[in-house]
Amino acid sequence: MSEEYLLLRHRAIPNLDRLEIYRANGGFEAFRKIVTSMQPAEVITEVKNSGLRGRGGAGFPTGLKWSFLPNTLWPHYVVANADESEPGTFKDREILENNPFQFLEGLMIASYAVQALVSYVYLRGEFWQIAKKLESCIAELVGAGLLGEHLFGSDYSLHLYTHLGAGAYICGEETALLESIEGNLGQPRLRPPFPATAGLYNRPTVINNVETLTNLPNILMKGAAWFRTIGTEKSPGVKIFSLSGRINKPGNYELPLGSTFRHLIYDLGGGIPGGRAIKAIMPAGASSSLIVATEKALDTPMDYETVQQQLGSPLGSASVIILDETVNMAWLVNKTVHFFKHESCGKCTPCREGTYWMAHITERMMNGKAVTEDIDLLQSVSGQIQNKCLCALGEFSTMAVQTSLQYFHSDFETVVTQPPEEKDSQLAVSSEQRS
Amino acid sequence: MNELLSKYTEEVQQTLLKYPTDRKRSAVMPLLYLAQREPGYITKKAIEDIAEILEISTTDVVSIIGFYTLYHEQPGGRYRIQVCTDLPCALQGADEFLEKLCQNLGIRIGETTTDGLFSIEEVKCVAGCHRAPLFQMQGDGEISYYENQTVETAAALFDELRQNAQRTSPSGEVEK
Repeated sequence: MSEEYLLLRHRAIPNLDRLEIYRANGGFEAFRKIVTSMQPAEVITEVKNSGLRGRGGAGFPTGLKWSFLPNTLWPHYVVANADESEPGTFKDREILENNPFQFLEGLMIASYAVQALVSYVYLRGEFWQIAKKLESCIAELVGAGLLGEHLFGSDYSLHLYTHLGAGAYICGEETALLESIEGNLGQPRLRPPFPATAGLYNRPTVINNVETLTNLPNILMKGAAWFRTIGTEKSPGVKIFSLSGRINKPGNYELPLGSTFRHLIYDLGGGIPGGRAIKAIMPAGASSSLIVATEKALDTPMDYETVQQQLGSPLGSASVIILDETVNMAWLVNKTVHFFKHESCGKCTPCREGTYWMAHITERMMNGKAVTEDIDLLQSVSGQIQNKCLCALGEFSTMAVQTSLQYFHSDFETVVTQPPEEKDSQLAVSSEQRS
Repeated sequence: MNELLSKYTEEVQQTLLKYPTDRKRSAVMPLLYLAQREPGYITKKAIEDIAEILEISTTDVVSIIGFYTLYHEQPGGRYRIQVCTDLPCALQGADEFLEKLCQNLGIRIGETTTDGLFSIEEVKCVAGCHRAPLFQMQGDGEISYYENQTVETAAALFDELRQNAQRTSPSGEVEK
């Protein structure tokens, strides 16, 4: 599997970001095939049968999502979610920078499937250079007759546009993303109605992640049955795992879903620097529940069901952050909580105020000013955020907090009982430890 | 007079074409980038110009500026050095790196060097966790990534930018 890439194909084929190279390697044949020989409903059925699930984090079946769009309300829109912002996630960026045409072909396939005539790519503002690149790719496609009016002599026409965000994690949440395109604050909407019936400009809309879309050309070319030969029964296909933190070889790894943590961390990632022991794993970036890195956990297959059922954490976007034995979890929680406090959109009180107070308490712990009662206070505040917010951000902000307190309570006790000088040495992330 | 419209007529028109004609408000974010390109922040006049083009209130425009972190209401350095200190980067020593960059430039987080060239800011994850420490640089209307950095490589970049700055104005034109 590692020899042949399905998504990170640029690693095997040089200059794949050039249109003529992409086309010479089968590019846009899937799009041509569906526009000239398949009905939109047949495309949706094929993707449904493939079992492809959303790679942005939720794992929702892609074909099913498309099938929710009513054929009584027009126009339809497809929006590609390229707002990749979860700490620990950098997979979409590699696709967009190096294999942009496969992603665009995927977006074009999705657009045809739901008969969208205009589709958007929403990129985080930091991907300014990638947006420029995509715009020139889109212009090339128009020039080559692959985008525009009456494609391949059919009645189908399609136009693609980019829209740049400007630094807001919350815009990766699909309804906040739509608000952002509409020129509003990126704050999530109350649901229902869902985007499938009332999305962009109040019209039926599909929002798909970059990696999800990049899977589509292969599925339409080789078929659903082929796709199901990779991965597991309920989580078919490959997934890009972004590996970071205390690991010898950080980077993106494309693996069949169902590969084990041990394979990723030790066979491919080269293990932990300095031969130190692994302490915990965050499989879904800063939004993860912490997984204690037991032998059993390391041997767990990484697919949507198993990680959740056996280890109690969603696999999410598969942004695997490795924590070694020198990491104090109170320090870690201070980091994640600061992130969510900064990124809370301010709409829901439990999230806006709760992340503020969690940051306040953990900051106190880092400054040597906390008391033992602060540990319970942190637990209490995080508990009060849960199940009370419109979107998942508030919930995500509590995951690392709750599981750190559950599994690594003594780390917090150390921080609140030790004098500040000792804490400094305990918490320091020095270059010596990293070597 | 609408200075933004007269200065960037073509780009404003192209931007508006991306969205349905009755949904002009969608163009507020791209127009803010346009307004920020040269001065490095959004001027009061630009806010009025954008509101006029899109037929929305200046309050609406200001609220967007305040919500998104890449728009700046205040002038800063010509180059904003934005260091990620989120968890994956911090595990690779980003906090230490940021501290040393501040020392190198002789400023604290949020401050600007006296020559007006550099500001240092702390930012949230920019999707480069495998190449920490890193920073992005926002300036001259662009955003660039600098990854796998050391204080030495960053200092070399600062020197290069200082030398270039003596030759060019913020708009990129060579001064006579």
